[in-house]
Amino acid sequence: MAAHNLKHALFCAIVTLVISYPILGFNLESQGTSVILEGAKTSTVIGVLLAAVIVFLFQLFRDNVMGSLRQLPAVNPLANRKPMEQSRRLKLESALLTLMVIGALIWPFIASRGAVDLATLVLIYIMLALGLNVVVGLAGLLDLGYVAFYAVGAYTFALLSQYYGVSFWFALPIGALLAALFGLVLGFPVLRLRGDYLAIVTLGFGEIIRILLNNMTSLTGGPNGIGGIPDPTLFGMEFGRRVKEEGNTSFHETFGIAYSSEHKVIFLYLIALVLAVITAIAIRRLMRMPVGRAWEALREDEIAAKSLGLSRTAVKLSAFTIGAFFAGFAGTVFASKQGFISPESFVFLESAIILAIVVLGGMGSQMGVILAAIAVTILPELAREFSEYRMLIFGAAMVLMMVWRPQGLMPMRRIHIELKPQE
Amino acid sequence: MLVLEDVHTHYGKIEALHGVSVEVNKGEIVSLIGANGAGKTTLLMTVCGNPQATSGRVIFQGRDITRDMTSNIMRSGIAIVPEGRRVFSGLTVEENLHMGGFFNTKSEISKSQAHVYELFPRLKEREHQRAGTMSGGEQQMLAIGRALMSKPNMIILDEPSLGLAPLVIKQIFEIIGKLREEGITVFLVEQNAHQALNLADRGYVLETGRIRLHDTGKNLLANPDVQNAYLGG
Ligand SMILES: Nc1ncnc2c1ncn2[C@@H]1O[C@H](COP(=O)(O)OP(=O)(O)O)[C@@H](O)[C@H]1O
Ligand SMILES: [Mg+2]
Repeated sequence: MAAHNLKHALFCAIVTLVISYPILGFNLESQGTSVILEGAKTSTVIGVLLAAVIVFLFQLFRDNVMGSLRQLPAVNPLANRKPMEQSRRLKLESALLTLMVIGALIWPFIASRGAVDLATLVLIYIMLALGLNVVVGLAGLLDLGYVAFYAVGAYTFALLSQYYGVSFWFALPIGALLAALFGLVLGFPVLRLRGDYLAIVTLGFGEIIRILLNNMTSLTGGPNGIGGIPDPTLFGMEFGRRVKEEGNTSFHETFGIAYSSEHKVIFLYLIALVLAVITAIAIRRLMRMPVGRAWEALREDEIAAKSLGLSRTAVKLSAFTIGAFFAGFAGTVFASKQGFISPESFVFLESAIILAIVVLGGMGSQMGVILAAIAVTILPELAREFSEYRMLIFGAAMVLMMVWRPQGLMPMRRIHIELKPQE
Repeated sequence: MLVLEDVHTHYGKIEALHGVSVEVNKGEIVSLIGANGAGKTTLLMTVCGNPQATSGRVIFQGRDITRDMTSNIMRSGIAIVPEGRRVFSGLTVEENLHMGGFFNTKSEISKSQAHVYELFPRLKEREHQRAGTMSGGEQQMLAIGRALMSKPNMIILDEPSLGLAPLVIKQIFEIIGKLREEGITVFLVEQNAHQALNLADRGYVLETGRIRLHDTGKNLLANPDVQNAYLGG
C-alpha cells in the first residue's frame, strides 16, 4: 500500500537534502581578510541525513500515519464536540473576556518588568489583529499591506512630537484618524479588486508606504528613524526621573513615592490594555450594527449583496477605513512604547504575522484572535534560544494548524440578532 | 411600471443586447424566454444597472434609472432573485432574510419575515439552518423570500426553476402566481418556456440579444415557431 508513495517519498527526501544541506552543511568563515567556505560538523551532516530519512519514511507511510492521527481523539479534542447553543456561547465568551481583562489588570503588579513590556506588545498585536479581522475576517478582503496603517499611526505621533511637540494624547486620535484616511484612500483604487488581485495591490501599498518613509529622509530621517518619542503623561504628570516638558509635574514626586522606571512601563501597559478593550468593544458593537452585517454579506456573496441594494463602495471602504483606524491606534502606542521607530518596524513580515494571527484565531472570532495574538507573540519569546528558527517554528505551526484545525482556533459564530415581534 | 427602450448593452467591446424594448405593466406577470446565451441575464442585470446600458433608456415607475447606481436602483422598489440563487450560504435562513430587509426597520423586518414564512412554511422549519446546507429548492425559496423582504413593488426572477425537480418547480411557479395576487409585479426569465408562458400575462422571446416575438402568454404557447424552438416541437 505504501508502494505507490515510493516515488513521491524519494522525491521529498531529495528535496529535503537539496534544500537543507547547502544551508546547514556549509559555513562561511572569515580567515584574515578572505572568506572561506567550510564544511559543517559531522553531527550537522548526520542531522540533515536523518531529516531526509524521516521525511522519506513519513511520506512513504503517510496514509497510515495521517489515518491513525485522525482516529486519535486526543489530537483534536474539539473535533466531535457539539456546537454550543448560541446564547450560552455568547455568555461564556463574555465571561471569559471579562476574566481575561481582570487578569490583565492584575498582571503588571505581579509580573516582572520584562513580562509587562512583553504584554504591552501582545496588546498592540491584539489591537492590530482585531482591526485586520474586520477587513479579512468579517469583510473577506485579503489585505496584505495592513502594516502600512500601523506605520501611519506610529509616524504620525513621531513626526508630530518631533516637529510640533504634540503629546501622546493628542497624537492618538490624530494618528488613528490619519490612518483611517489612508485606509479610505487605499480603498478607492482596490474597490473593483478581489481575492488574489486585492492581496497583491495591498501588498504593494504596504511596501510603498515603507519605502516612502525610508526615502523621505529630510522629513522622516529615512532608515535612521525617529527617536526621542515622548512617553504618555497622566494628567500632566511625567513618568521620567526628571520633568522634561515645561508645566508638567512628575508622577513620583506628586505621589511622594520613590522613582521607579517600572511606573512608566506599567502605565503604558495599562493604556494599551484600555485601548485594546475599547477596540474589542467597539468592533463587537460594529458587528451587530448594519455595517457589520453588510461586511458579512459582502464576504459571503458580492453579487447577492449588491442585489439587496448594498453599495459595494460604501461597504468595502468602511471595512478598510475602520480596520486602518485601529491600526493607527496601535501604531501610536507602539511608537510611544519604543521611543524610537524606523521603517524597519513596518516590513511585510509584520503584515504577515498579523494576518497569521487572524487566520490562526479563526477568521472573525474575537476570542480566537486574542488567544492567537498571545500565542504568536509569546511563543517566540519563550523559545529565545531558537530565535534563529523562529520563522521555521512559525511555519511549522501554521502547517500543523492547517492540518489539525483549518478553521482556526475558534471559528466565528456570528452574533445572532433576535427580533422581537412588535405589537 | 418597467420600460426598456431600445437598450444596448456591451461587455467591453462585445454587444450583448442589440436594442431591446420591453414593457412590464403594473400587476402583470411578464415572462421572457430564450435559449442559453440569448442575453436574458444581461437584460435583467441592465435593469439593475450592472452593467449599465450603453444606449437606450430604462424607466422604472416613471423614473429614468439608466444611469443610476445599482445600490440605488435596488432600493427603489425592485428586487431581484439572481440566477443561481446566490443565498448567503454561511448564514442561517433567518439571517439571510434579515439581509434582504437590510434597509427596513426592525418592525418591518419582523412583519415581512412572518409573511415569508407564511408563503414558505418550509423556510420556517429551517429557520436556524445554514442556507448552504439546504436543498436547491429550499435555497430557491429562500432567495425569493429574501427578495421579498425589502417589500418590493416589482420582483425580477432569473431562471428560478434552474436545476430543480419538477415537483419543486411546480411549487415555485405557484408561489410566483401568489405574488401577483399580492399586487407584486413579476418579471420572470426562464428557459422553462412552457410553465413560464402558461403563468404569464404576456411574454417576450429573446434571441441573441434581440426581441424576436412579443405576445400574450397564450398566443406564444400556440405559436408554432415558439413550439418548435422552445417547447420541444
Ligand atoms: N460578464 C460577462 N462578460 C462578457 N460577456 C458576457 C458576460 N456575461 C455574459 N456574457 C455574454 O453575453 C451573452 C449573453 O449572456 P447571458 O445574458 O448570460 O445569457 P442568458 O442569461 O440568456 O443565458 C453571452 O454571449 C455571454 O457569453
Ligand atoms: Mg442567464
